[in-house]
Amino acid sequence: MSLRDRLKETRAKASDGFRGGKLMSSIFRPGSPFRKGYVDSPRNRSYVVMNNVLYHLHPVKVKRHGVRLSYTLCLGGLSFFLFIVLTITGIWLMFYFRPTELAYVDIQNLQTTIAFGSLVRNMHRWGAHLMVLVVFLHMSRVFYHGAYKAPREFNWVIGVILLLLTLLLSFTGYLLPWDQLAIWAVTVGGNMAGYVPVVGAQVKFGLFAGLEATTATLLRFYVLHVLFFPFIIVIFMAVHFWRVRKDGGISGPL
Amino acid sequence: MVDIPEHLLQRSAEARAKALGISVEQAMAEMKGQSDPTIISKEPEVKVIDETPAPAAETPAPAAETPAPAAETPAPAAETVTPVKEEHAAETTEKVAAVKIEEKAPVAKTPPPAKADAPDEVDFAPDVKVTQRLLTVVKAKPIQKPAKEPIDKVNTWPHLMLPEFVALMAMTAFLIFLSAILQAPLLEEANPNVTPNPAKAPWYFLGLQEMLSYWDPQIAGVMIPTVVGLILWMAFPYIDRNPETHPSKRKFAIMFYTFFLAGAGTLTIIGVLFRGPGWNWVYPWIDGIWFDDLLDWIHFE
Repeated sequence: MSLRDRLKETRAKASDGFRGGKLMSSIFRPGSPFRKGYVDSPRNRSYVVMNNVLYHLHPVKVKRHGVRLSYTLCLGGLSFFLFIVLTITGIWLMFYFRPTELAYVDIQNLQTTIAFGSLVRNMHRWGAHLMVLVVFLHMSRVFYHGAYKAPREFNWVIGVILLLLTLLLSFTGYLLPWDQLAIWAVTVGGNMAGYVPVVGAQVKFGLFAGLEATTATLLRFYVLHVLFFPFIIVIFMAVHFWRVRKDGGISGPL
Repeated sequence: MVDIPEHLLQRSAEARAKALGISVEQAMAEMKGQSDPTIISKEPEVKVIDETPAPAAETPAPAAETPAPAAETPAPAAETVTPVKEEHAAETTEKVAAVKIEEKAPVAKTPPPAKADAPDEVDFAPDVKVTQRLLTVVKAKPIQKPAKEPIDKVNTWPHLMLPEFVALMAMTAFLIFLSAILQAPLLEEANPNVTPNPAKAPWYFLGLQEMLSYWDPQIAGVMIPTVVGLILWMAFPYIDRNPETHPSKRKFAIMFYTFFLAGAGTLTIIGVLFRGPGWNWVYPWIDGIWFDDLLDWIHFE
């Protein structure tokens, strides 16, 4: 037996000992590819999905046409994924950001002195724009497939709410760098809200926490951006995903 | 009886051919009843493993109907006799068509006993050749007629999750690449006393801002976004009662949405690129970009 074979055998033995051990068996439920003795069988394919809290958003089986990349282009999944990326980078950014007069200085420091600060800020910003785009494309895909038709009407309604929440999240985040771009974009947007009939002035006052964009507005938008809207959107996303399953999975085929 | 889709038939014929060592055409013919079924000449090897009996609730009381223990061991003699597990015997012999001979009983039915030295690892797919044998054929007589055709489905793992994973990785790579080469804009500190000209909203609102330059703000800024953008949009599935999903049978809806897309896209592009100081028309290749988000993106020189 050559040294190479012996090494191979030792490694296989160690791997089996680890994957079959108490620790891995306690972490991964039966059918997981990370446990010892995983073989590709129909039963194990079901277990992979069923016995994992993350994967069981999915059904065990999906319609064959639904897994064609050209059918969905993964747009719904990518919207959700971008939301997760934005949550992670956003939490990271929160460590270095104060929603006060210091906001602008904090962003400057982030870009110049903090390791990866610039990259993470860029990822958060471009990711946000990308999410608006991807959510919109997802809606278009659903429309062109007529996937909003019975029994999926209500999930379309939830989807429109999710698009609105995405826009609100992006818009409230737009103010946070506290530069000229931010304050005037939000002023333009907030002034539009002032044209609402009857209660326009009140809406604008509530949005700006005053008559114009100030640091009070900054604090308000910050809380909406990092806490309130994410909280709401997660609830709606949960309902959205749940309804996808309950309404019979992916729509079609055409 | 429901017609079984051709590709499913094909698949099971292939499996049968592989198991019996015959050609696929032969297996297909057998399944359709066009030729005599192949008989397996060799008794499949059945490993007897010492398996502790199932919990008391599942095993029938020994006094009542349980056959003698000898019945549990497979009869070695004739080919036609199929060894049948004891617990299944009572309820299956009359009705069941084929009985799987497996190394073990299915996990769900006989959970391993709570013994200290019991193996905590369950082997889900033993390396034994699983064979099906025909006991008897029972005419299918469903109580209810199946309402619809069986749907062609594939396993989520790996057929959906793998492409999904690749898509996520690609998106991550794209985002990191984008963030590495393009700097997010950061202008001077916010100053309420200095109004930039033009002051532009985020790009996804620039279509609205463009409309504001045509119509009264009550209409363009409030009525259109709320009535068209929200209420009509949410109510769309309730307005469009056409049940067809194929594009050729819903031309109006497709046209409607495409017009909307084109209109919104055009307005947004005008707002982003073709509006300069005083919201006057500019050409980006002559007058430059008047949208700070794009500062690092495009350079016309």
